[in-house]
Amino acid sequence: MTDPRTEALQAEPVMIAGHGGDQIEAYLAQPLGDGLHGGVVVIHHMPGFDEGTKEITRRFAAHGYLAICPNLYWREAPGAASDDAAATARANGGVPDERLVGDVAGAAAALKALDSSNGRVGTIGYCSGGRQSFLAACSLPLDAAVDCYGAFIVGIPPEGMPLRVGPIVHLTEQLSCPLLGLFGSEDQFPSPEQVGELEQALRHHGKTYELHTFPGAGHAFFAADRPAYRPDAANEGWQRIWAFFGQHLAGT
Amino acid sequence: MCTYLTDTLAVRGSAKGAEGWFAVSDASVYFDHPVHAAAEHTLNIDLRNPAAGPAARVAVELDPAAARRLAESILKVLDSAAGTLAAAAR
Repeated sequence: MTDPRTEALQAEPVMIAGHGGDQIEAYLAQPLGDGLHGGVVVIHHMPGFDEGTKEITRRFAAHGYLAICPNLYWREAPGAASDDAAATARANGGVPDERLVGDVAGAAAALKALDSSNGRVGTIGYCSGGRQSFLAACSLPLDAAVDCYGAFIVGIPPEGMPLRVGPIVHLTEQLSCPLLGLFGSEDQFPSPEQVGELEQALRHHGKTYELHTFPGAGHAFFAADRPAYRPDAANEGWQRIWAFFGQHLAGT
Repeated sequence: MCTYLTDTLAVRGSAKGAEGWFAVSDASVYFDHPVHAAAEHTLNIDLRNPAAGPAARVAVELDPAAARRLAESILKVLDSAAGTLAAAAR
């Protein structure tokens, strides 16, 4: 098998049609050169469409994937700095689930429309985006989905929380593709017990999945610019992601 | 963890942001990941004027113990000023 990684890539902000046909900003990164590629929709974490998420998007392109990250806060804060946009979105109650699904559908369609697409698209999300990656995979026809420590797939959010997130484990039956879940044993949201409950639902419905819980890691262990970073868990996590997407998305 | 814990309230006053002073109308108080502070979680406060756009915001990310001391200090100063406030109200 040839090495799909490439040093040459192109990355840029673009506009795409999101939920309801709304034009929203996205960050598109694609490998240059010949060949067809699988696509990855990167779902940003609650702090927003920031430098770290764009770096992750470029990383997928460097590994041979067409990658796009929709700015989920574009409607509330077009053109704003990512931290100001996140603050505005939080104050407004967060991203409604229906709108998230529409925006991911638009991002997936934008990837499939590229001449170099092989027709396969998956999702990956971090933190709140982990839950949203699972939600998208239960709502749209996808080829693979990765959930990195998404809270409230299982479990009721704390009382009085104004954000619009609720448990979605009841959607498991509709999961359209294989799921890779990456979690930390020290995390409380989701807790190891909640990850166990998710696994029970996946098994019950006969879904294809692999869930990994890394010892000594808590929430956000992939975030290299935060104290939560755990290099051992992050490095092994990336290996799991390359193997999983390599199996389900890569190829011509 | 991503706590999502957020409280929002209306406020009246002014704050000084990147482009100078502006009137504030809203505040968000939340305990979650900071953007800048070197901690996994901080007590975060945004003083905002949504009518003036997302950038009309003054943000702080505080160590939880420091946030509690700040809250106590605010209450102590307000209590000390209670007489003045009562006189102003007459």
